[in-house]
Amino acid sequence: MGDRFKPESVEQVAEVVSWAAAENTPLEILGRGSKAVLGRPIQTQYSLDLSALSGITLYEPDELVLSARAGTPMTEIEAALAEQNQYLAFEPLDYAPLLNGAARDDGPSGSLGGAVSCNLAGPRRIKSGAARDHFLGLKGVSGRGEIFQAGGRVVKNVTGYDLMKLHAGAYGTLSALTDITVKVLPAPEKTRSVLLFGLDDAQAVKAMTQAMGSSHEVSAAAHLPAGIAAGFDSGHFPDGPSSVTAIRVEGPGPSVTHRCAALRRELAGQADSEELHSHNSASLWCYIRDVMPFALSAEDIDGKPDAVWRISLPPAQGADYVARLKAALGDRAGLMRYYFDWSGGLIWLALPEQVEAGQEGAGQQSVRDALAATGGHATLVRASAALRSRIAVFQPLDLGIDALSSRVKKSFDPHGIMNPGRMYAGV
Amino acid sequence: MLMPDPDQGVISRKRELVMKLREIVPGEGVIADEDELRVYESDGLTAYKQPPLIAVLPETTEQVSQVLKFCHDEGIKVVPRGAGTSLSGGALPLADGIILGLGKFNRVLEIDYDNRCAVVQPGVTNLGITKAVEGEGFYYAPDPSSQIACTIGGNVAENSGGVHCLKYGLTTNNLLGLEMVLIDGTVLRIGGKHLDAEGYDLLGLMTGSEGLLGVVTEVTVRLLKKPETARALLLGFSSSESAGELVAAIIAAGIVPGGMEMMDRPAIHAAEDFVHAGYPLDVEALLIVELDGPKAEVDYLIETVSQLADEKGAVTKRVSESEEERMRFWAGRKAAFPAVGRISPDYYCMDGTIPRNQLPHVLRRMREMSEHYGLGVANVFHAGDGNLHPLILYDANKEGELQKAEDFGSDILRLCVEVGGVLTGEHGVGVEKRDLMPDMFSDIDLKQQQRVKCAFDPDALLNPGKVFPQLHRCAELGRMHISRGQLPFPELPRF
Repeated sequence: MGDRFKPESVEQVAEVVSWAAAENTPLEILGRGSKAVLGRPIQTQYSLDLSALSGITLYEPDELVLSARAGTPMTEIEAALAEQNQYLAFEPLDYAPLLNGAARDDGPSGSLGGAVSCNLAGPRRIKSGAARDHFLGLKGVSGRGEIFQAGGRVVKNVTGYDLMKLHAGAYGTLSALTDITVKVLPAPEKTRSVLLFGLDDAQAVKAMTQAMGSSHEVSAAAHLPAGIAAGFDSGHFPDGPSSVTAIRVEGPGPSVTHRCAALRRELAGQADSEELHSHNSASLWCYIRDVMPFALSAEDIDGKPDAVWRISLPPAQGADYVARLKAALGDRAGLMRYYFDWSGGLIWLALPEQVEAGQEGAGQQSVRDALAATGGHATLVRASAALRSRIAVFQPLDLGIDALSSRVKKSFDPHGIMNPGRMYAGV
Repeated sequence: MLMPDPDQGVISRKRELVMKLREIVPGEGVIADEDELRVYESDGLTAYKQPPLIAVLPETTEQVSQVLKFCHDEGIKVVPRGAGTSLSGGALPLADGIILGLGKFNRVLEIDYDNRCAVVQPGVTNLGITKAVEGEGFYYAPDPSSQIACTIGGNVAENSGGVHCLKYGLTTNNLLGLEMVLIDGTVLRIGGKHLDAEGYDLLGLMTGSEGLLGVVTEVTVRLLKKPETARALLLGFSSSESAGELVAAIIAAGIVPGGMEMMDRPAIHAAEDFVHAGYPLDVEALLIVELDGPKAEVDYLIETVSQLADEKGAVTKRVSESEEERMRFWAGRKAAFPAVGRISPDYYCMDGTIPRNQLPHVLRRMREMSEHYGLGVANVFHAGDGNLHPLILYDANKEGELQKAEDFGSDILRLCVEVGGVLTGEHGVGVEKRDLMPDMFSDIDLKQQQRVKCAFDPDALLNPGKVFPQLHRCAELGRMHISRGQLPFPELPRF
């Protein structure tokens, strides 16, 4: 790693970026570094570390709004919200266990800026959206070195373009965000999960689809095949190998009790069921959210951990997709581990980097090829730098979108100095 | 309102342009007759009128693409239009431009209940989507008050809200995919039936871009299951402060109501005179709080809110015991605009958003302004999300009153920005609030937004004269003044 700038004010950020623009030298944009290995590998001599821009600058629980400097640790944000019984409804996942092998015990890693820039979401995505849906306002420095702002601190705002959406999930390729305003919400009073045991993928997706199509306001639905479910020790799963399908409801106490009972009744014919209450339910959903089944272990760090893909597709097609991929991999399908979130619309999938003999990464392409029939996209979230250089980390864009994306990038960053190539070559 | 100078060269080519456009869109799809064009001369903001040079009503994405490409090659300005219900002049035509009407794109293409989404053409009305799926118990959540008439394409352009968006989000939170056409004719598909689109969030950027970036030709929307039940409370207060306190207390109790609407005394009286909803007339503020969801939850929350209302000193309180009663509570609120229309020859509807706790202050200042301008004002307020709709009463036939109403409106919006809010919550900037943009954004902010526009439409042919107070050429915006310097900042920590 080369020189690292660590500015302490937005003006200093602007100075660094202006200098880099004048020198035409790219900057790697860093928050707290928890997701540094996410995306295409980039090599820059200089990095721009935003972690000194830290602290909550406005929090009005009654107004459901919070503003903080971009480098504010997520631990600090979540602690402040918890004190007021509020939360970030998009339930941002913590990538650190998956990417770096970090333990979850110390609370979430990363910064608010990172969470927003990677458009993080969690199991509640199917009900409450992702970071993009809660991002109300921003201040930042464009690749031109100019300080600008957009949006505001109120939920309902159509004044000017929604540049928040554009920056959510831009992985720092447009601007260095310095200040972020998000919508916060009251945390639910109670959480319970209905568990169904022993369903295969197709049956599970069908059951989840039925639950999502009910009026019980399901806030999450995931399916863990037997091998994955075995890794979560709840004391509430059956003895012996069994898949677990989990359906979560949240809200006021009487409502949750009522809805859980109704869901169990409506799904009764399909499998044995059980209910998981507050504490156990919360740890199960953290396990699912933070991709704990594929967390980097001590052995992995020395050895060759599996590549991990994040596949977003139409929820009802989740099981079809896996069946297609299994068929494509043939006798190597057994090497693949996977589970479903978002009622089938999100698949976390682990595959050895070398699925087939031949060139490094052979076989990985099947993951994308199998999407042709269902639509959707696949992101290679964890892999060696070599594999991330060889295989497109983000789903290749169609030509028109690719060209437009390059023009949008240039509109903020004409010299291509902000995290260039982190998402796509040329962006 | 100053619009870009019409290009007389283009106007003089009208016959030729009509002929060429008819090669793309045959028959009655190209309108050139001046009487027929008058239909398009304004949208919901009727103070401004300007017939377009030509109106084109394509029926296929291919035709949209060819029309745009033609206009791009010939340097002709294009104003897209849905149902023309915009309250900000977003669809106001240009004398030297065509209106591109999407009204013939009126089909629901696919309903996919398993993936809880529908694929529709942009000319389908907002309510039309719900009508198409309600048989199966589903609905499309955003419900702007013009939902009978307004189209989903227009909703995308304006990021429309409605009374339920505190709980269910705006248009932007309820879309999955788009097909759109750029000014050069390129057809793009963004997203699909999956939850998050790949690459930059162009779907999010397009939503609320007021027809300046591209023309939407297909929309994939999320569908939700209808809540099991809904009940409402009708609460009267002797001051807007105490009504505001209840709103804060409800949120603090962890409750997110499906809808939470406030009306001030003039709005209550106008509505009651009009629809006889049974509103109390001796209160300063009226609050409708609606809870929806499973019956067990709604009954529980109604009880909680009812207790809070007593604590905050509600002087009247009614709880809906039937669907008819709930609808009656809403009848006055939903008729508030026409009701105000009955007590005044004209009214001007504003749309700022403020931090909720600023409401009493803003209402007080508004009363002062009302005296200053000598014009009445009635207020309806989406109390849950701070979106304020002051209705300024005036008489367009009285010399100078329109101007006074507009000045009054501008003062209100500046006040919204001053207290930490924004110029527009859901109606859009359009032409109406264009010249107020510098009150909220710096020159740098606005130029950055216009650079984004340049990435889509470098010749500024799509809906020019809207949103931005000053048109800059893209080449000028792209310029950068660079001074090479030393490796910077001895004062900066480096590692």
